[in-house]
Amino acid sequence: MKRWLLCIATVLALTGCGYNDFQRLDEASKSAWSEVLNQYQRRADLIPNIVASVKGEANFEQETLTKVVEARARATSIQVTPETLNDPAAFQKFQQAQGELSSALSRLMVVSERYPDLKANKGFSDLRVQLEGTENRITVARNRYIATVQEYNVLSRSFPTNLTAMVFKYPPKPVFTVQNEAQISTPPQVDFGTKK
Amino acid sequence: MRAVWLFLCAAFVWLGTPLAQGVLPVPALTARVIDTTGTLDAIQLKGLDDKLAAFERDKGTQIAFLLVPSTLPEDISSYANRVANDWKIGRKGVGDGVLLVVAKNDRKVRIEVAKTLEGAVPDLAARQIIEQAITPNFRKDDYAAGLQAAAEMLIARINGEALPAPPAAKAQRNQGGGFDWMDLAIFLFIAVPVGGAVVRRILGRKIGSLAVGGGVGAIAMAITSSIAVAGVAGVVALLYTLLSGGMATGNSTGRRSALGGVLGGMAGGGWGSGGGGFSGGGSGGFGSGGGGDFGGGGASGDW
Repeated sequence: MKRWLLCIATVLALTGCGYNDFQRLDEASKSAWSEVLNQYQRRADLIPNIVASVKGEANFEQETLTKVVEARARATSIQVTPETLNDPAAFQKFQQAQGELSSALSRLMVVSERYPDLKANKGFSDLRVQLEGTENRITVARNRYIATVQEYNVLSRSFPTNLTAMVFKYPPKPVFTVQNEAQISTPPQVDFGTKK
Repeated sequence: MRAVWLFLCAAFVWLGTPLAQGVLPVPALTARVIDTTGTLDAIQLKGLDDKLAAFERDKGTQIAFLLVPSTLPEDISSYANRVANDWKIGRKGVGDGVLLVVAKNDRKVRIEVAKTLEGAVPDLAARQIIEQAITPNFRKDDYAAGLQAAAEMLIARINGEALPAPPAAKAQRNQGGGFDWMDLAIFLFIAVPVGGAVVRRILGRKIGSLAVGGGVGAIAMAITSSIAVAGVAGVVALLYTLLSGGMATGNSTGRRSALGGVLGGMAGGGWGSGGGGFSGGGSGGFGSGGGGDFGGGGASGDW
């Protein structure tokens, strides 16, 4: 009899302390994270085609191209699993690698504007549209991940569910931050001089 | 400790406000084509709306157009995504929706495609639609022609995709010819027990059962114009009323029969208005199916 009461009390306590909410939100944030990875993978798959079509353009700025290839290699070499979410250091590393790839790619796109042949190339402009779409999907996926994790983190930090989080080890999850926050907050210097 | 607490409070207030202010509010979904810029006249609006409505009747896919003066300070793609996910256009369970947003003063346009239709309208196809249908016409200030052409190209693309057939078409077929077994079954299951209880109480068990059987038979005859079906329905109703009366006589109370009367009235009203609803459907306003999930697919362009 006593054992039964204990069982019922435990069940009630667990549901009351948000244990089930933790399960739900933990799973939701994992699937949102998978979507982020999915879209990053899509971008990584697109890059070899872009590089190939840019290579066809004679005397294309080699340095920009190499940077993209290297950044892609670095980004894809990092192994990411759903467990990455519970390791802020690994998350940081992943985010940094993807951020570098983003900036290398946008640099490549800016530079490609200088080559009229490349701009007129149908294959390249198609790839450009696909890259744009992928970057857009990455943004949406990241936004959704942030929204889910926000809900999870609020639960993990607020009382009384923070006690459940402590007992069952549901620490707050990391979210995306901006790499160069200081750089963005200062207004950009616009220089129309000869410096190129 | 208190300082930390205050800081946290302040941080939350500070974090909360930028989200609430600055960006444009999502307009209410009142029609398939919403023009807040006053660019299109009533005839053009009607023409576009009819085209999209007809496509929704045939295929089920919901397409909506939104014209706004500007999406600033937001990017058109994030604005379009926000509106699309707020409206959730596309059927429930299928999620097939497309939203086309025009920011007239920004000279920017975006086709936002729900995840279900990313196969039918991939980013490249969306871009093609913008480049071939929208850009040339918009450059000539012919917005209606551009939107018409875009609607045609979208419809042609989506028609090639195998999607579940819309339920509306089935209902219309039933209305057009023959009779619907489902309607009759629902009628028998709801109206006969409720109505039968009332009639039985008024007329007594045997006469009441006969009356219900005869009534159901007559109604079935009127609906189906088939004597066999009417006969079967009448006999089933008669037996049901007779037998359920036998079971219920012992414990039925006044309150229960009153409830039966109210329910009977409601069921009768529902039946009558059901017929009206069928003929009125489709000509009313536009409601979102609530199933669209937009993951950022589509393309943007300018003119």
